[in-house]
Amino acid sequence: MSGGNNTFLGMPAFPENAAAAVQNSQLRFNLRKATHTIRGKRAGVVAELPDWMELRQAGKEIKDHTLRNLERYLLQLEEAVTEAGGHVHWAADADEANRIVADLVKATGETSVVKVKSIATQEIGLNEALQAEGITAYETDLAELIVQLGDDWPSHILVPAIHRNRSEIREIFQDKMADWGRAAPEGLTDEPSALAEAARLHLRERFLSTKVAVSGANFMIAETGTLVILESEGNGRMCLTLPETLISVVGIEKLLPSWRDLEVFLQLLPRSSTGERMNPYTSAWTGAVEGQEFHLVLLDNGRTQVLADEVGRQALRCIRCSACLNVCPVYERAGGHSYGSVYPGPIGAILTPQLRGMSSAVDASLPYASTLCGACFEVCPVAIDIPEVLVHLRGKAPHARAERLGMRAAGWVLNRPGRLGRTQRLGSRLRRFVPKRLPGPLSGWTNTRDIPDIPAESFRDWWNRTDGGAR
Amino acid sequence: MRVALFITCVNDTLFPGTGQAVVTLLRRLGCDVEFPQAQTCCGQMHVNTGYPEEGRLLARHFVDVFAEYDAVVAPSGSCAAMVREQYPRLTRATAPAAVPAAGTSADATVAGVAPAGRVRVPSSGGPVSFADEVAALTPKVYDLSEFLIDVLGVTDVGAYFPHRVTYHPTCHSLRGLHLGDRPTRLLEQVRGLELVPLPGADECCGFGGTFAVKNPAISAAMCGDKVHNVVSTRAEVLCAADNSCLMHIGGTLKRQRTGVRIMHLAEILAATEVTR
Amino acid sequence: MSGGAAGPQPGLEPPAEARGRDSRDHRGPQASARSRELILSRIRAAVAGAPDVEITRAYRTSSDLAGVVELFAERVADYRAVVHVADPGEVAGVITSALERRAVTRVVVPDGLPAEWAAGVEAARVAEAVRSGSGAGAVRSVRDEPALSAAELDAVDGVITGCAVGIAETGTIVLDAGAAQGRRALTLVPDYHLCVVRVGQIVAGVPEAVARLDPVRPLTWISGPSATSDIELNRVEGVHGPRTLEVVIVR
Repeated sequence: MSGGNNTFLGMPAFPENAAAAVQNSQLRFNLRKATHTIRGKRAGVVAELPDWMELRQAGKEIKDHTLRNLERYLLQLEEAVTEAGGHVHWAADADEANRIVADLVKATGETSVVKVKSIATQEIGLNEALQAEGITAYETDLAELIVQLGDDWPSHILVPAIHRNRSEIREIFQDKMADWGRAAPEGLTDEPSALAEAARLHLRERFLSTKVAVSGANFMIAETGTLVILESEGNGRMCLTLPETLISVVGIEKLLPSWRDLEVFLQLLPRSSTGERMNPYTSAWTGAVEGQEFHLVLLDNGRTQVLADEVGRQALRCIRCSACLNVCPVYERAGGHSYGSVYPGPIGAILTPQLRGMSSAVDASLPYASTLCGACFEVCPVAIDIPEVLVHLRGKAPHARAERLGMRAAGWVLNRPGRLGRTQRLGSRLRRFVPKRLPGPLSGWTNTRDIPDIPAESFRDWWNRTDGGAR
Repeated sequence: MRVALFITCVNDTLFPGTGQAVVTLLRRLGCDVEFPQAQTCCGQMHVNTGYPEEGRLLARHFVDVFAEYDAVVAPSGSCAAMVREQYPRLTRATAPAAVPAAGTSADATVAGVAPAGRVRVPSSGGPVSFADEVAALTPKVYDLSEFLIDVLGVTDVGAYFPHRVTYHPTCHSLRGLHLGDRPTRLLEQVRGLELVPLPGADECCGFGGTFAVKNPAISAAMCGDKVHNVVSTRAEVLCAADNSCLMHIGGTLKRQRTGVRIMHLAEILAATEVTR
Repeated sequence: MSGGAAGPQPGLEPPAEARGRDSRDHRGPQASARSRELILSRIRAAVAGAPDVEITRAYRTSSDLAGVVELFAERVADYRAVVHVADPGEVAGVITSALERRAVTRVVVPDGLPAEWAAGVEAARVAEAVRSGSGAGAVRSVRDEPALSAAELDAVDGVITGCAVGIAETGTIVLDAGAAQGRRALTLVPDYHLCVVRVGQIVAGVPEAVARLDPVRPLTWISGPSATSDIELNRVEGVHGPRTLEVVIVR
């Protein structure tokens, strides 16, 4: 597995990636254990709140209201941030955002930055863009560190290294930490506490000396210009507090109208995400604080395209909690890498094809990477009807010619009861000749399952013959 | 009350015994069920595979066939969910920009709606849109267990089935129709039946219509886990309210020679000491 | 050194309007202003004609305060923080013994710390110094005046603060950099945080806390010690923030 610039370029379609991943028993074990653990924790803390459904409704409505009035609220945010001493930049696409950040870092004279976990910056390939400009970006979230050291890809929104177990993480630390800074301690064990301690030691000097930090944000408050980041380890606080310059790259959909709206999202997000009543640390800051220089880069990069789709725009409500991944039976078996995007799982299956279009094989296959079982919609804290959007995107996805013809033929038969009846009778007459193994795309079914016996008589023929069982 | 049986195309073609069981059961409960001969398919496969136009034609046909009934009973969670959840969306997607002028003749074609679409003129006068027709019909579409408990008001249907049974709730029954514990309440009243809980019951079996063909590896892995759970219950019979899911799980149960039979809920509820 | 993580994604063509522009065009305030107009016009087009959405707030915005202190103590302790409940007259003693038990010898004391809490710090005697290597003796208070460098902060053992708000339902303490709290780094770099919470500062739920707080101030919400769930989704306490959080609730 290799990282780097062309990570997802030319990736095969989801079914092929998933078919390979599902054979990896270690991966399946790791994913099953992790997703089932967090699934249980989430269910427990959600059940604690008697008003969960009301919070969910409010969360959905606040996001929809914000998206409807996005222009007004972005302008309000810009004014508030500027008034509080911050600088606001607008980036229409990934290239522009990367250039803005690179120029801001260069202006400080520094050649390295520390980073708070941010999927938006992964989406735009910021680390690679900075590298090309001679700037090294150090990931500081434990999971992102594991991914960076392992030259790997993130595979989960909350826990990017969910596909790794403790012994794999130990190996990565032992082999790679020295290349990036302080080496792993001698005799490192695979105890999670020992691995966390190794990360603490590895990053401490970096936190104390690096002058520029790059972050994303969970929420931006239009009314006050406040940015909010939720985290667990304290690496976020280190990055937000100690460096002289802070650059936050944030998708335009992360906006909330008023300070008060946080009362909803600071309940919905932690419980849905880590399955805790509250995450260990939440930081909120408004403009330039405590002498720090602050830049906010507002990122579009396809988001306005999603906003233009009446059905698909609900994907922009997403607060990146990852609850949908943890309950998804397909994600649990296919793993995050199969989705070919920094947004894996059910939300990725509706967000990626909308952000990137469906011209590549993997993107065109994503709307089909679901059984439409509905578990994702049920747990979504902002009520994104993921199955609805999947079906909607399937209607826009490119279809193979053979499938199109088959569907048209099936539609022709099914649209008239006479045709359906004649086809059923033909099937019944030929039923002895149906092979146990079907050819072509249908072999996927008969490789592991028997097909049902075709009955001698359809229901409608039985009804007609017996007058509905009366004879 | 005029009650129509919506058999569904899968049951009609592959599982006629389920339909016969529904008829037997409802008649035993004093409910005379009709079978509208013109019915075909709800369009679920087309819509869920990305062919909304073909699906819309079938939805139009469905509404024409069933509009006049007081209740439509379907022994399939996913087909009932298709009508109740997705039909309103299908009408939204094609909502004509302008409502046809009053007085439009009954066979006029509504712009944007499938060619088969037409504006009905009810006795009260004024045209009715496809969306209105769907909105009028969907509340009358029931899954079998809903119809038994919510409409007929029975949980003990007088069935006898002396076997160890486990129940798979199926995704669309559970999360689409929100059937809750209705099916198991019915099963609990069946004399002689021993109902054993299915571990991981609320997890999808991996069928997902064309998902099973488009993503065979993941589908098979999901089904394998489901079968493992079914076998762990040592049940003789796996029951569900949707033959599509049962066909999928049953295909693997049979291939693995587990000896576990699949039965639709209607077939168990129709069984009596006389039929044994 | 190779970069990890994801690169730019395939299929993400720059929008038609942005294509064909000189790449250098992006730089500077003019380019940003152009993109600002571009993004805003795309938004206008995207939502034109969409209906607005009313926000219904049917969730709880205030809760009954009975038992709120006990709940707060219980929920903070759930995060494996050390929790004490003390009468006002006992606070100094609790602080003294906490510092002695932790063998904390150099403690950052922010501006505005009440005199009786500071006296609790002064009274502490530690048998063995942990970091300063100065042997047995009195615990030394360290002031953030002039501001301590990050390295200096890293060399102290702990910090004692008050707080702005406590949230019972979630076991959360909120600092707003006000009196007795200091700037954000003080409660971040040292490995031990002793926080004193007055019962009057404790509210039942998140909405009450949000209402009490001023977003213009830098805010830090703390729920237990630093932790991670990144390894097999098992919670491990103590990563980059203070590994020990000790809370004294003053009745």
